[in-house]
Amino acid sequence: MRKPIEIRLMQGNEACAQAALDAGVRFFAGYPITPSTEIAEWMARELPALGGKFIQMEDEIASISAVIGASLTGAKAMTATSGPGFSLMQENIGYACMIEIPCLIVNVQRGGPSTGRPTAPAQGDVMQSRWGTHGDHPAIVITPWSVDETYYLTVKAVNLAERFRTPVILLLDEVIAHLREDVRKPDPRKLKLLERPRPSRDRNRFRPFGGALDEVPPIADIGMGYRCNYTGLVHDEAGHPSNSPEVTDQLIRRLVGKVEARREEIVHWEETFMEDAQVVVLAYGCSARSAMRAVKTARTQGLRAGMIRPTTLWPFPDKAVEKAAAMGLPVLVPEMNLGQIVLEVERLAAGRVPVKRLSRVDGQLFTPDEILAALKEGF
Amino acid sequence: MPSDIIRYFREEMLPHIWCPGCGNGIVLRDIAVALERLNLPRDKVVIVSGIGCSSRAATYLDFDTVHTTHGRALPFATGIKMAKPDLHVFVIMGDGDASAIGGNHLIHACRRNIDLTAIVFNNSIYGMTGGQYSPLTAMGKKATTAPYGMFEPSFDICRVAEASGATFVGRSTTYHNQLLIRLIVEGAENKGFSLIEAVTHCPTSYGRRNKLPAPSDMVRWQKENAVLINKIRDGAAQLKEGQFTIGVLHRHEATEFTEAYMEVVRRARKQ
Ligand SMILES: Cc1ncc(C[n+]2csc(CCOP(=O)(O)OP(=O)(O)O)c2C)c(N)n1
Ligand code: SF4
Ligand SMILES: [Mg+2]
Repeated sequence: MRKPIEIRLMQGNEACAQAALDAGVRFFAGYPITPSTEIAEWMARELPALGGKFIQMEDEIASISAVIGASLTGAKAMTATSGPGFSLMQENIGYACMIEIPCLIVNVQRGGPSTGRPTAPAQGDVMQSRWGTHGDHPAIVITPWSVDETYYLTVKAVNLAERFRTPVILLLDEVIAHLREDVRKPDPRKLKLLERPRPSRDRNRFRPFGGALDEVPPIADIGMGYRCNYTGLVHDEAGHPSNSPEVTDQLIRRLVGKVEARREEIVHWEETFMEDAQVVVLAYGCSARSAMRAVKTARTQGLRAGMIRPTTLWPFPDKAVEKAAAMGLPVLVPEMNLGQIVLEVERLAAGRVPVKRLSRVDGQLFTPDEILAALKEGF
Repeated sequence: MPSDIIRYFREEMLPHIWCPGCGNGIVLRDIAVALERLNLPRDKVVIVSGIGCSSRAATYLDFDTVHTTHGRALPFATGIKMAKPDLHVFVIMGDGDASAIGGNHLIHACRRNIDLTAIVFNNSIYGMTGGQYSPLTAMGKKATTAPYGMFEPSFDICRVAEASGATFVGRSTTYHNQLLIRLIVEGAENKGFSLIEAVTHCPTSYGRRNKLPAPSDMVRWQKENAVLINKIRDGAAQLKEGQFTIGVLHRHEATEFTEAYMEVVRRARKQ
């Protein structure tokens, strides 16, 4: 008999790949790149026997194209890459947003720009994951801080893509991707899995791009008989290209609106020691691991530090920062970039409380000591 | 003359966006006639296209249609075909779409021999963006980005496809449209990657600049310069400077990609 929870020692990339399979992903297209390659290798081995499809494409542009193509037929589909490949995918990530096709894109961040440092960790793609493709568009971006959480957030990412008919980006840190840790792996049959909304209406009344500004319209699989048109051009509710200002306005506002209106379903963060905190550290991914140690040490030394750890970077957990600012708490934001999420924190703090940035761009992790020192140094 | 192809069109999408005298409508009509002859289950046909004047053809057809991004129609189609091999996937591309920005995807789709039927609308120019040269623009011809004449050698896209592993390669023109229909039908029947080059005319962005101002001049040029491959093979004709062959230019047998993948599945399940 299968135990409800099985403890397994897994690498971050493996946990991500296995979680995607458990969440129902049955199509993978990718192009090898460090530090994400183990995900492709896992999929190449596991997918065929599950009746799924694996293909190594000629580049990352082809990979994201094939993923969107597969998803158009109704398959849960994903790719995995890193900085240079993520840059190549941007045009078609926008296409997936525009035609509202679910897919999962894993970007294991490495040092950039350009080839940068392929095996060194960095958190430099936070803004790219939000604004990498051109034009106004929705973005759902998730980032875990452990291998265990990588498993659960991958399942969540696949679900959100389906639920919202939109690409979801999982930002992994190189060190989490390559770390081996225990995973509390559930019985996959017990996971709550979501499917994209599918039509039940007759073909003539079906509006695959219709609905109010906060609506996720149903989508038919290719081959179901609905004979839809998908285009990256601005299109009306039926999918016909349009140059109408009203149609354009409605489409762009709905694409963004369907995600913004349901932030509560998406946004998640964890608060630790916030009840009596005097100062706060806001950190995510691998930096949050060092930050947590620093916060705990600070407390032993009489400084009542608290911590906010977003697992959703986009939409950003506005409320978490609002609350800290309302409580008058100074916020320290350690990031492995020259300041990306801190811009959101500054925007929300709006001058009410001091916000301090702490940056590392040398390919080394933060030590708890340097975060502790920054806390003690004051704001 | 087939009468019933209008049922394959989204009439609410008409009139089309093409210029008066453009050859794209002829190729689109020929595709519709070929689809009628093939008589495939309506809901199992998918039409994928890239970006360009020609790629808009997909949006007029009443099937599942996917108008993708510039140059990427083939990898999208690859994902569709691989995920659901029972679908009949047709891919519409322009000459720039297929041979420049999408050139790498083309050679790899050919190499895989995946069962797609690709139709390249070759008007020797970037029509949609107003007449810049493409890798299929012939030496010396004028384009807005080759105001002194094309100075780069061009591709023969059929030879590229053949060398890359396509199992069916054919070429015809908007003048030789009955042949074009037959090639599309045969290409679709081929279990593997088929490339059909449809030489078409763009009076607006090409003809005006290249001493063929009227659409009829361009069609006459096709008539005079296209030579049936069988006549060359039989020795009944010889290609003169500037002429090109039409007909079934190449075919060979090879394992189709999605079938090869089924073998992978069998091996994986044995382990
Ligand atoms: C990535 C990208 N680059 C450039 C363009 C602009 N563009 C649109 S169509 C086109 C060329 C079209 O030429 P072709 O493929 O021959 O098709 P035609 O219009 O002649 O049918 C270009 C360069 C684009 N849409 N996307
Ligand atoms: S620009 Fe050329 S290819 Fe485009 S519609 Fe006009 S005639 Fe046709
Ligand atoms: Mg062209």
